[in-house]
Amino acid sequence: MAHPSTYQPASGIGRWFDSRLPVPRVMHDQFMVFPTPRNLNYWWTFGGILSFMLAVQMATGVVLAMHFVPTPEGAFDSVEKIMRDVNWGWLLRYSHAVGASMFFLAVYIHTFRGLYYGSYKAPREVLWILGVLILLLMIATAFMGYSLVWGQMSFWAVTVITNLFSSLDALIPGLGTVLVEWIWGGFSVGGPTLNRLYALHYLFPFVIAGVVILHIWALHVPGNNNPTGVDVKTAKDTIPFHPYYTIKDGFALVVFLIVFAALLFYAPNFLGHPDNYVPANPLQTPPHIVPEWYFLPFYAILRAIPNKLFGVIGLIGSISILFFVPWLDTSRIRSTSYRPIYKWFFWLFVVTCIALGYLGSQAPDGWYLFFGRLCTAYYFGFFLLIMPIVGLIERPKRLPGSITQSVLGSEAPQRAVSSESAPEGVA
Amino acid sequence: MANPETSTDSSLLPDDDPSRRDVILIGAGAFAAIGGAAVLWPLLDQMNPDASTLSLSTTEVDIAPIEEGQAITVMWRGKPIFIRHRTAKEIDEAKEVKLDKLIDPLARNANLPEDAEATDANRAASDREPWLVMIGICTHLGCIPKGQAVGDYKGEYGGWFCPCHGSQYDTAGRVRVGPAPQNMYIPPYAFTSDTKIKIG
Amino acid sequence: MTILRALAVALLAGLAVPGLALAEEAPNGHGPVIEAQEWSFAPPFGSFNQAQLQRGYWVYKDVCSNCHSMRFLSYRNLGEPGGPHFSKKAVETLASQVQVMDGPDDKGEMFSRPGRPSDHFRSPYANDQAARAANRGALPPDLSVMAKARGSGPDFIYALLTGYEKAPADFDLTQGMQYNKAFPGHQIAMPQPLVDGVIPYTDGTKPTVDNYAKDVSAFLMWAAEPKLEERHKIGARVMIFLIVFAVIMYLSKRAVWARLHRRDHTHVT
Repeated sequence: MAHPSTYQPASGIGRWFDSRLPVPRVMHDQFMVFPTPRNLNYWWTFGGILSFMLAVQMATGVVLAMHFVPTPEGAFDSVEKIMRDVNWGWLLRYSHAVGASMFFLAVYIHTFRGLYYGSYKAPREVLWILGVLILLLMIATAFMGYSLVWGQMSFWAVTVITNLFSSLDALIPGLGTVLVEWIWGGFSVGGPTLNRLYALHYLFPFVIAGVVILHIWALHVPGNNNPTGVDVKTAKDTIPFHPYYTIKDGFALVVFLIVFAALLFYAPNFLGHPDNYVPANPLQTPPHIVPEWYFLPFYAILRAIPNKLFGVIGLIGSISILFFVPWLDTSRIRSTSYRPIYKWFFWLFVVTCIALGYLGSQAPDGWYLFFGRLCTAYYFGFFLLIMPIVGLIERPKRLPGSITQSVLGSEAPQRAVSSESAPEGVA
Repeated sequence: MANPETSTDSSLLPDDDPSRRDVILIGAGAFAAIGGAAVLWPLLDQMNPDASTLSLSTTEVDIAPIEEGQAITVMWRGKPIFIRHRTAKEIDEAKEVKLDKLIDPLARNANLPEDAEATDANRAASDREPWLVMIGICTHLGCIPKGQAVGDYKGEYGGWFCPCHGSQYDTAGRVRVGPAPQNMYIPPYAFTSDTKIKIG
Repeated sequence: MTILRALAVALLAGLAVPGLALAEEAPNGHGPVIEAQEWSFAPPFGSFNQAQLQRGYWVYKDVCSNCHSMRFLSYRNLGEPGGPHFSKKAVETLASQVQVMDGPDDKGEMFSRPGRPSDHFRSPYANDQAARAANRGALPPDLSVMAKARGSGPDFIYALLTGYEKAPADFDLTQGMQYNKAFPGHQIAMPQPLVDGVIPYTDGTKPTVDNYAKDVSAFLMWAAEPKLEERHKIGARVMIFLIVFAVIMYLSKRAVWARLHRRDHTHVT
């Protein structure tokens, strides 16, 4: 949706700069006057929250990098030195660790918002794909970051997950082993592995930032989706991003920060695992190897499938399937609010994901394994069966004629409305 | 003409209480500024020397092995410390210098007040004039002057010579030829016994 | 997987023994259930009890430090606020009472010297191999972060130190191991370290195993989290700031959006 720019530089210097590098113009057009649907609810504040969290992780990460030592002998000790001796080190380290959890909490809410409201549907498919790419990069970055502490969980999580690649030996003999030793830089996880994880962990956030810029760009071409899923039809359907959504995002951010601060100051290790306060010991495997909470659903899926290679395929598949969602969902209706049958399946999917998270934290036997398999079946079934089939057979509720109508007009869902929603003559 | 629905120009829209809204917004802005400053400070302060660095502030040196005319260099807080056991000739030469001949008339001694003069008594260890303890860094641009080893060229004043830009120091470590502007600094130190010095 | 099953079976088998007050086993092989204790430093407003930390230090120093190192702690930490907060002189004395290795000297040899506040706590053994050799192959772990390295840290440490008892009749206790109620698997290589009166208490607190265990657990919690008090203090300020900020932001949001809502009601459709 291209709008002509209305930016007028306020000063001589402003005009001089604008004719050479129109950054203030872009900021004005895209983040101040940008026409945004007037009916966005608080689920739409998580994009702004995520941008803030990326900045927090980058800022705390850079200052932590000034003190971290990326060697097996020095890593754990350097983290303790940060916690004890570096000025505010404890605050910076806990901010970074708890911040990673908050980052994932926000990205999951943001993703589920996209799923619920059909924000992945045409013409926003590329926007969605870029989002899934950001999620993948975040997963990689967080995994590498956790390994740097070089505690027992760090070391063994890297060992287990990189060892998964050796399952490729079942496809082509020797391929998996070559790949794993290339990743390790040796015959087991060690110093070379740690060093390269550090280098890549520092790099990836900048890649994420670049993809985020593309993500926002891809959003601004069609403009935001909204809770009704109905397209913007007239100027009356939109309001300028500033001040309405800057202030709303700001409020949501402060509430989010209250949760962040509560965890950071009063339970900073609640989401972590005590075993990571034991220095890495290559000769002793912890009784239960578990990843951080935000990986648990995928971990449960991995362990639910009895075959090593297919387990790995399941793990990768559980994230990659997200790329195909725009084409898996056959419904012409975007927003689940107007899809009464699909809605049940959607919420069951949410419950399944939460259940998979819990199951990932337990040893995979007995009832835990059974439910892990059941939930894995539903997880894939939701994407591969529910999305295509329900979209075709469902009879949706009537959509509102326009965004403005949904805000100002009748709330009764079954009332017939004319498609002529905007009164004539309104400027 | 600007569209009233999409314009951010508040004059186009009816307002019932702009002043109250402004107060709240100013409050929000103030809180954001305070929050921003509170977040920024730890990010900057973490670069300051940490607690373990600050604690490594003393070094003990055994000076018994240093013969007359000899000097040793020890490390303290990452800096070289020159400890010279001066000969009687070196002491006399230092004492004879008139203060107005010095480039830098101040003692630069952390154990004395800032305005103490650069007399030999104020430079050497109190009551132990053969002993000179200095931070061995040229006050010009930070090179380490030559003069500690017996065979070093010590400059025209018999003290130390900086090879980087030619500054020369006398036998009390005072600068006599520039471009160095100040005498070599004397760190805080004390004799804990006749043969031991505690620096810092 | 088979090891896990064996462990789970062993634990469940232990449960089946009648007539003994065993700690209840947690499900899914996670080890004995540890009873929660009351601690002065529990969040959100908790702080350490300085006298308790000082007593706990003495327990560590006189009993535990013979086998367990605490390599992340320095003597100067004992004088910092938020902890045992010994006086500057006491810290210097404590440090100087220990001989630490330094060097090499000018002859190239390592030498012993009295400790300084800046030194790290002296380790009882030169390295892990020496520690194992002196303890029949078992390695006494470093205790610096032990209170965070076990779920419910100080509770677990207290339970372990007070959990030594006679093994049940049909428990297969390996030669050289001790039976402990709280330790996962119930067999621990460490002999019972605490007995009543093993070290003197000078502030009137009863020198019992229970008090020793409480005090050293609190000390170990401080050792693992020396910034706990500062964290709670700053946390309180940050929470109040954010809650007030949230209220202000909500009122700001309402004030800004009021314009739009007013426009909606004045524009007749």
